[in-house]
Amino acid sequence: MTHIQNVSRRGFVKGALSGGAFILAVSVVPGVVRANATEKTPADEATLHPNVFVGIEKDGTVYIIAHRSEMGNGSRTALPRILADELDADWKRVKIIQAIGDARYGGQDTDASHSVSGFFSIMREAGATTRLMLIRAAAEQWSVPIAECATDLHVVAHLPTGRKSAYGDLALAASKLPVPGRDELQLKPRSKWRYIGKDTSLYDLEDICRGKATYGMDARLDGMVYASIEHPPVLGGTVRSYHDDEALRVSGVRQTVLIDPFTPPHEYQPLGGVAVIADNTWAAFQGRKKLRIVWDQGPNAAYNSDTFRGELQETARQPCKVVRNEGDVDAEFNKGSKTVQAEYFVPHLAHATMEPPVALAEFRDGKVTAWVPTQNPQSVQDLIAKAVGIRKQDVICHVTLLGSGFGRKTFGDYAAEAAVLSKRLGKPVKVVWSREDDIKFGYYLPVASMYLKAALDSRGKPTAWLQRSVFPPINSTFDSTARYASWELNNNWIEVPFDIPNFRVENGPAQAHVRLGWLRSVASAYHTFAVQSFVDELAHNAGRDSLEYILDLFGPSRVLKLDIPGYTSEPGYPLDIGRLRRVTELAAEKAGWGKRKLGKGRGLGIAAHRYAHTYVASVVEVEVTDRGDLRIPRIDTAVDAGTVVNPAYVRAQLEGSAVFGTSIARSGEITAANGVINQGNFDDYPVARIDEAPYQTNVHIVESEAPPAGVGEPGVSVIPPALCNAIFSATGKRIRDLPLSKHRLI
Amino acid sequence: MIQLKVNGVERSFSGDSEMPLLWYLRDILGLTGTKFGCGEALCGCCTVHVDGEAIRSCILPVGDAAGKEITTIEGIAENGLHPVQRAWMDLNVPQCGYCQAGQIMQAIDLLKRKPKPSERDIDEQMAGNICRCGTYQRIRSAIKAASAGGAS
Repeated sequence: MTHIQNVSRRGFVKGALSGGAFILAVSVVPGVVRANATEKTPADEATLHPNVFVGIEKDGTVYIIAHRSEMGNGSRTALPRILADELDADWKRVKIIQAIGDARYGGQDTDASHSVSGFFSIMREAGATTRLMLIRAAAEQWSVPIAECATDLHVVAHLPTGRKSAYGDLALAASKLPVPGRDELQLKPRSKWRYIGKDTSLYDLEDICRGKATYGMDARLDGMVYASIEHPPVLGGTVRSYHDDEALRVSGVRQTVLIDPFTPPHEYQPLGGVAVIADNTWAAFQGRKKLRIVWDQGPNAAYNSDTFRGELQETARQPCKVVRNEGDVDAEFNKGSKTVQAEYFVPHLAHATMEPPVALAEFRDGKVTAWVPTQNPQSVQDLIAKAVGIRKQDVICHVTLLGSGFGRKTFGDYAAEAAVLSKRLGKPVKVVWSREDDIKFGYYLPVASMYLKAALDSRGKPTAWLQRSVFPPINSTFDSTARYASWELNNNWIEVPFDIPNFRVENGPAQAHVRLGWLRSVASAYHTFAVQSFVDELAHNAGRDSLEYILDLFGPSRVLKLDIPGYTSEPGYPLDIGRLRRVTELAAEKAGWGKRKLGKGRGLGIAAHRYAHTYVASVVEVEVTDRGDLRIPRIDTAVDAGTVVNPAYVRAQLEGSAVFGTSIARSGEITAANGVINQGNFDDYPVARIDEAPYQTNVHIVESEAPPAGVGEPGVSVIPPALCNAIFSATGKRIRDLPLSKHRLI
Repeated sequence: MIQLKVNGVERSFSGDSEMPLLWYLRDILGLTGTKFGCGEALCGCCTVHVDGEAIRSCILPVGDAAGKEITTIEGIAENGLHPVQRAWMDLNVPQCGYCQAGQIMQAIDLLKRKPKPSERDIDEQMAGNICRCGTYQRIRSAIKAASAGGAS
């Protein structure tokens, strides 16, 4: 990625351009909206430029736009690979250009594990469009029928004569042809795929290993100042008064700036507070310590997470809003057959991205240019425009690499802070959050309480199943009156795919007192924990093998059609129980389920679900020592993500998911006292380290020609239940509330 | 005036001697390969070498680095790649990559002192470096690959 130090203020991609290239009228890839003109990319200015995603220069350089954010998810490599494949471009001659926020690319909100699934066809069509123009240009030059021409690596060939012409040599002629319509395109058959399905390294791999890759934390502009902000300790709090005399005496501190509080709902707005402006980050941090601020704590100062937990549990014990109902669960419960019930709990979680929130922005001549590690640059445009009172099209949001995101960096509050301060100060401002700021002022995953109950037949299989979840809804971030969950119910709650005739799903009300947001795997983190733990409890209760039991609950292979008001399955992605069974059986087989002798203190646990259209199952092996210490020697994860673009990176994502899930299970817990978050750094919000993480995660990819699905999140939320099920197998101790750090395992 | 050597270049600094070496490297010298992660020596993102030993630059006052030789990720290989960087690339270790400079600097230190580290050595020496993306098993493999005699 290009360094942005000491470059023109128009933005850093300009400098990479060769002069003289002329611009074609831009045609629009189907489904992509053309917005107002913004900064031209090298692809825009290349000789051949049939759509917003690609351009070819006369020297054969192919520019491909990466319009989604790169945070370790691999999309900056995967999406251009899809286009390059369909274009038959030589990957070594591809230069990837990171897009600014611009609606002409379509959706750029890099969340919900959908970069590949959402843009697979669009990338292919963008490549095929360009390939067809090159073929037509060659055929015209050679005066031969188009049907006699085909592409090979970076060349068009005339098949009868073997004559070839390089892409670069054809770019100018191709640029004079009309851009073909979608109906004229012929996509390559799967058998001709060159890159899709083949392992590749990250485009930025060497830069990362050399310390040369540019993250948000690394953005610099001449004349910039640094800001560190003391936020209201309680959500909705405001500054009553403050003294900065001591802060201003700190060497390198220039001034302080009061930032206005947000207008509810808080959405993505800055929290407000007092910013310390300084010559460097350290001085800004030091100055902050010397601020004396008197706060009005606001409406959430009575929030105590311990009390709240009890309230959630109490709500979950009572009838709640029914969101799915089949058969008659109550009648079955009243028949007098055996019933089992259990309660589960998952606390608030923080993202703790390795790179804390950080942003650089410059307000100049009524426009803002920002460099932001963001998952959501178009939202940053909106947010900054509103915060400083300019038009969206006057905000340029450059997207740096992200030092991980996990959902936190879809919320652009920190970018708006930088823009607001730059407008006030008349110079570029870099806002740097400390780790404490990150942990204490997050958009936390909701705290959740779940209640499950089943009536059992003589073999211990449920004849009726009830599940209730109660948690403050993430929509509270956008609607202060929100009390019930909405889309979160699609995260492994409504569509629990069990073959049980009487089935009822409920959701109860709760009010948010901290900012809530999505975190990698979102509501699945608590829903799948409850469901897959309860399945294991029922299996043991029935004296049956957990694997055999969960397959019995899934029932026979079939496509499940859930007829539930308000629930719609995405077209092209039916819930296929056969695929779910296959990953479950594969993970078990690879783990040696029922075949390996494990020894004292060891056990296996299994969990499986579908998330982001991907079917995934994990078998976790644990060892609990005589002292009660937990080790995770091995995990086997089977994944069916449909068509896979970069298997190497699917494996990496699932390995990482196992570690992320381990962190949630072992130690993830955010609590609050009097509205103030108790945790602040990696000492009191620990995440898994090398000696606590799974020693080895084996990822087994199911070959599939189904449409591509997501791989960033699905593997996270099977880990906590599989891990706790393994602990039960090893010790007989059932964990129903996370994190494990609150429990003695012996 | 603090005198020190950074990646072989003599430097002098007249600012706050309490400023952690991390911010001197990043904000004053513009060497941004070394990352800020926690400010409390809890995560290892900021790991550099001082006189050849891995330290957390986020808590070392620049004044305490006076007269010493500092090596950052940018200076670890004069030409080409350090074998540890090469191993990191061969095994596709990074995901987001933010922590990896610190991981590499810590691993180089480990291998210098223990050319053939045991599993326990790796656990002990690398446990101070957090990777939130969870690349630990590849870090372990890369260290083994880069160790004396190598192993893949």
